[in-house]
Amino acid sequence: MRPLLIRGARVIDPSRDADGVADVLVVDGKIRAVGRNVAPPENARVIDGAGKVAAPGLIDLHVHFREPGQEDTETIATGAMAAVAGGFTAVCAMPNTDPVTDNQAAVGFVVRQSIRAAKARVYPIGAISLGQKGQQLAEFGEMVGAGAVAVSDDGKPVVSSHLMRTALEYAKVFGIPVADHCEDPTLSHGGVMHEGLVSTRLGLKGIPSAAEEIMVARDIILAELTGGHVHLCHMSTRGSVDLIRRAKEKGLRVTAEATPHHFALTHERCEGYDTHAKMNPPLREAEDRDAIRSALKDGSIDIIASDHAPHHYDAKEREFDDAPNGIVGLETALGLAIRELVVPGLLTLPQLIARMSTMPARIFHLSGGTLAVGAPADLVLFDPDARWKVEATAFHSKSRNSPFVGEELIGRTLLTLVDGRVAFDRSLGGD
Amino acid sequence: MTVPTLGKDLVGLEHLSAGQIQLILDTAEPFKEVSERPIKKVPALRGKTIVNLFFESSTRTRISFEFAEKRLSADTVNVAASGSSVSKGETLVDTARNLEAMRIDMVVIRHHSSGAAQFLGDRIRSNVINAGDGKHEHPTQGLLDMLTLRDHFKKLAGLKVAICGDVLHSRVARSNIWGLLKLGAEVAVCGPPTLLPRGVEQLGVTVLPRIEDAIQWADALNILRLQLERMEAGFIPSLREYNRVFGVTSDRLARAPKDLLILHPGPMNRGVEIDSDVADGPHSVILPQVTNGVAVRMAVLYLLAGGAPDWVSGSGGEER
Repeated sequence: MRPLLIRGARVIDPSRDADGVADVLVVDGKIRAVGRNVAPPENARVIDGAGKVAAPGLIDLHVHFREPGQEDTETIATGAMAAVAGGFTAVCAMPNTDPVTDNQAAVGFVVRQSIRAAKARVYPIGAISLGQKGQQLAEFGEMVGAGAVAVSDDGKPVVSSHLMRTALEYAKVFGIPVADHCEDPTLSHGGVMHEGLVSTRLGLKGIPSAAEEIMVARDIILAELTGGHVHLCHMSTRGSVDLIRRAKEKGLRVTAEATPHHFALTHERCEGYDTHAKMNPPLREAEDRDAIRSALKDGSIDIIASDHAPHHYDAKEREFDDAPNGIVGLETALGLAIRELVVPGLLTLPQLIARMSTMPARIFHLSGGTLAVGAPADLVLFDPDARWKVEATAFHSKSRNSPFVGEELIGRTLLTLVDGRVAFDRSLGGD
Repeated sequence: MTVPTLGKDLVGLEHLSAGQIQLILDTAEPFKEVSERPIKKVPALRGKTIVNLFFESSTRTRISFEFAEKRLSADTVNVAASGSSVSKGETLVDTARNLEAMRIDMVVIRHHSSGAAQFLGDRIRSNVINAGDGKHEHPTQGLLDMLTLRDHFKKLAGLKVAICGDVLHSRVARSNIWGLLKLGAEVAVCGPPTLLPRGVEQLGVTVLPRIEDAIQWADALNILRLQLERMEAGFIPSLREYNRVFGVTSDRLARAPKDLLILHPGPMNRGVEIDSDVADGPHSVILPQVTNGVAVRMAVLYLLAGGAPDWVSGSGGEER
């Protein structure tokens, strides 16, 4: 593998509280040196980093790659490609595939497909319950042995409080978090968007914020009861933020994520029955969006995750009630985060990198999230000022379901290294 | 004089102006007379092809539209979801494209999903008329209710109309709210809080918690049908209790300060939301509503097809 030197970039490494212009040298898949005036070894590829940011590769704890089961919308290979194009070097794939990733063999399959794809690292998340049916615990130990980094029934809520309790207790043996999709299905029942003025006007069945908050409260109470680590997926309401803030003040093992669409969009986006604005949890009100932003600033919400959810284009081309939930997010996450959080001054770039790389690595105990010398060279080089227009046809994902198509985002990946390999290179120049 | 036009589709009343709504009501006036003639036909839409695409069962609205189309001399085809390609799993967009490929001029759609009419209108060149989409809007019902109120009260501005019952699931309620507010009426909604949509007061209506309050306040009551399945879904405990607490009964009406005009979009559940002696009583305009429905639908079809009001008035609806 040819050595690679990024010269004169703004190197941001939240794992070491580092932020300054420096050179980064990658040799044999590892970070060899970070500092001023690093001399390139013979035959090294030298890339001019002036005006660019070099950071630990982004890590997304929440993606849906549709393999196995729906390979027409995404495969592990195309998802991993979309990931590196978006600056992500590692992603965690939710188990709601068909069949469900609820056993050692299924987990091993994801690991093998990830290695074969050789783009971003794709870590499997195992199911909490067999078949995600919410009844019998899946074999956490066997799945962890095969490479699972967490467990979740995401896509479905864990309805049974007993199951959630046992999952939190049992997961402690393996030191893995239990990630929960917080939704009381008896309250959200049949809802297709946020319950509020817009749902009233459109005549669509609403999902009240309380449907999420009830489960957030329950999970926090169970985290306290068990001492287990609960990770709350895609938080969307101001009430959830309040609950998490109080849980953290108590020192409970509660971590939480928010998606770019929940900090960028509100329920008004559903006007005109735009199915690209249909998600679960739904887009909420401006006050909720603002609460999510503040929580990302103060750390009540630890990380940003995309909830990348590919769907075939004609699946969204139908009545709002019948369209599937979710959007692709890997290739727009960084540009949205910079546009919505960094440019308005809510987060600094180092804080953003912490929420998109260093913190996710810590929460799921993954390698990466650091440019420490000797660490595997999982790295992203991006232009924080690049303004670019989202084009559906330019996505590396197999799917194009994004409400951000046509919008201008700020900040774009130029180069992504995984284990020192060039996994994505927008320019293919630099020699 | 510039006359407003309706645009391509009629999806709802929310996005129409007062002028556009007024135009439809005024255009409906001369069409009322057509239905009173021995030969109930004018050539206004001769040669136009209209598809009535009904994904939900409907008697009144479907027949009313069909009469309106036939009295305007249009060629019509009725498609019901059951027994068509829809029941074989064809998507709405494919159904629409196939209809379009047959070079039709208009589609009247009734669908169980909110937004279906707009979805169709956004994807085909033909005019689309919403005959009721989910819980969203039923604009021609709203218009015929307004025409009936106007017939009786002469003007809508300042009129107090209470919409009573299951507002949450009602497309009729939403179309009435938008239309009446735009023409200057005051609107209240009254029903069990479980059947009122979140934030409804932000639409500009008053929320009256008890039917007695609505009866004291209103000039007219528009009483919504209570779907029997609401009980099973836990919104109300029983039909019996609903009638006891929210039913419009002659005893309650007897305590009103004035005679209230009684409207109901049908089909009625006699003895649930409305008692028979009220439905059949002297102040009920439930059947005139149905009569007006044909005239309003003729007006909408005519205007969307490019007709202007002055072509109708006085001339019996002759072609351009």
